[in-house]
Amino acid sequence: MQPILSVRGVSKTYASGHRALKTVDLEIAKGEIFALLGPNGAGKTTLISIICGIVTPSSGTITVDGHDAIAEPRAARMKIGLVPQELSVDMFETVLATTRYSRRLFGRAGHDAYIDEVLRDLSLWDKRNSKIMELSGGMKRRVLIAKALAHEPDILFLDEPTAGVDVSLRRDMWKLVKRLREKGTTIILTTHYIEEAEEMADRVGVINKGELLLVEDKAALMKKLGKREMDIALVEPMATIPAELDEWHLTLTDEGERLRYTFDAQAERTGIPSLLRKLGELGIAFKDLDTSKSSLEDIFVDLVERRDEEQAA
Amino acid sequence: MKGFNHHGVWAIYRFEMARALRTIWQSLVTPVVTTALYFVVFGGAIGSRMQALDGVSYGSFIVPGLILMGTLQLSISNASLGIYFPKFTGTIYELLSAPVSAMEIVVGFVGAAATKSVVLGLITLITAMIFVDVPIAHPLVMLAMLVLTSIAFCLAGFIIGIWAKGFEQLSFIPSLIITPLTFLGGAFYTINMLPEPWRTVSLFNPIVYLISGFRWSFFGKGDVSIEVSLIALAVFLAVCLGVVGWIFRTGWRLKN
Repeated sequence: MQPILSVRGVSKTYASGHRALKTVDLEIAKGEIFALLGPNGAGKTTLISIICGIVTPSSGTITVDGHDAIAEPRAARMKIGLVPQELSVDMFETVLATTRYSRRLFGRAGHDAYIDEVLRDLSLWDKRNSKIMELSGGMKRRVLIAKALAHEPDILFLDEPTAGVDVSLRRDMWKLVKRLREKGTTIILTTHYIEEAEEMADRVGVINKGELLLVEDKAALMKKLGKREMDIALVEPMATIPAELDEWHLTLTDEGERLRYTFDAQAERTGIPSLLRKLGELGIAFKDLDTSKSSLEDIFVDLVERRDEEQAA
Repeated sequence: MKGFNHHGVWAIYRFEMARALRTIWQSLVTPVVTTALYFVVFGGAIGSRMQALDGVSYGSFIVPGLILMGTLQLSISNASLGIYFPKFTGTIYELLSAPVSAMEIVVGFVGAAATKSVVLGLITLITAMIFVDVPIAHPLVMLAMLVLTSIAFCLAGFIIGIWAKGFEQLSFIPSLIITPLTFLGGAFYTINMLPEPWRTVSLFNPIVYLISGFRWSFFGKGDVSIEVSLIALAVFLAVCLGVVGWIFRTGWRLKN
């Protein structure tokens, strides 16, 4: 299937000499939710800004639904809606006026019924005649989303949509993203909250220091790099681990109250049955077992560290 | 960009006009009061003791200069703020990511700013007519010069708004360059009254040509010939258009 967005060989070096993006290649399929995950300063916003036409790339091409973003900017840009990270809004305008403005600015004739629907969807209807400066930060964020959706874009960029946002708005945001996906909108979001990528995305791209480290299905990424941990709560605390258990590389936690076994969930043999048998043979009694998945956070930290080590080597 | 995003241009134009309509009373009352003050002071108090210039009473004589002075100041300050403010608040992201060409952005912003300037000029003219007799020898030329001057100085204001990195820079050019040049440009006198070398020095002031041409459209007489005035206006317009074109081609102070 032809991707709705394709980024080829895009790099950016700012006039200051700062190399914000090394060569990035990325393809986004129609209708997917893609999370660009990385720490602050990784190049997420630079990449989005380049795709949206706010920053000029130093090299590379961008194709939006078959339209080259530089040769045919009008066709490409009409398909894109951007929700920026900063709460940049016209303080003196009303919610309704600014949303209608955005629709027209993006080349579409006024369509009040659609704008009303967007405002209702975002719980902004009651505030439609309020000036934006009277709204809370969370409501301003909703206004930015309404503006970005006003021209019915096929691709929506959400730059750090939940940064500095309370829990209820974050939940609403996740719901909104799912609703948009049902309508067929492609969504690309940046985040440094791993739980957000985990919650919303179909695919995850990990970016650090201007480099796209990997792009994977979220599930595959979790599988590929996911480690599991099993905590064994002991009846009798233990001072040292018996040598017979060396092959499992266990660690003692909670001052000897617990044994921790780390294993690869995808391996043919996890080593759990043999470990439990061995514990029985040695007469080590335990009262509870607890296994946990590593979060995307662990995966990410692992990945970034590994990359840094490779570079250092 | 191919085609013309008329929805976008119209949206920008209306947005900019709405900005003025929010402060409509200020926008209307200020020029009326200012003009009235000038007529009380220069027309009534001082003007009554002055002889007619070029056969025109002093009160009438200052009308074109007064109109142009207000128009130039408003054009520069309003157009520069119009584009500077989105840069300052960050809302410029939307303009830069929208499917509007540089030319369309300029048409929207400068069109709205020039509209306001022309309206201000006409309000000043009407106010002046209450106080003094204002004959208009060439009404069409007068209107054309008012419109073109407004466009040219709104373009200049637009450039200043893009160039400015702070509010103090925004007020710097209007107050330290435009106002002195207007005062010295013959708004209240004809440069023929000046002794040498100031008369010759004045000829290097571009605003002399604008005021002279504008005055010609009222009284059929100016400091320089109307052709020279029109050429000066055309050159200024062309320079501003060229600079704006260059800014958008290079993204200077707009894009990284």
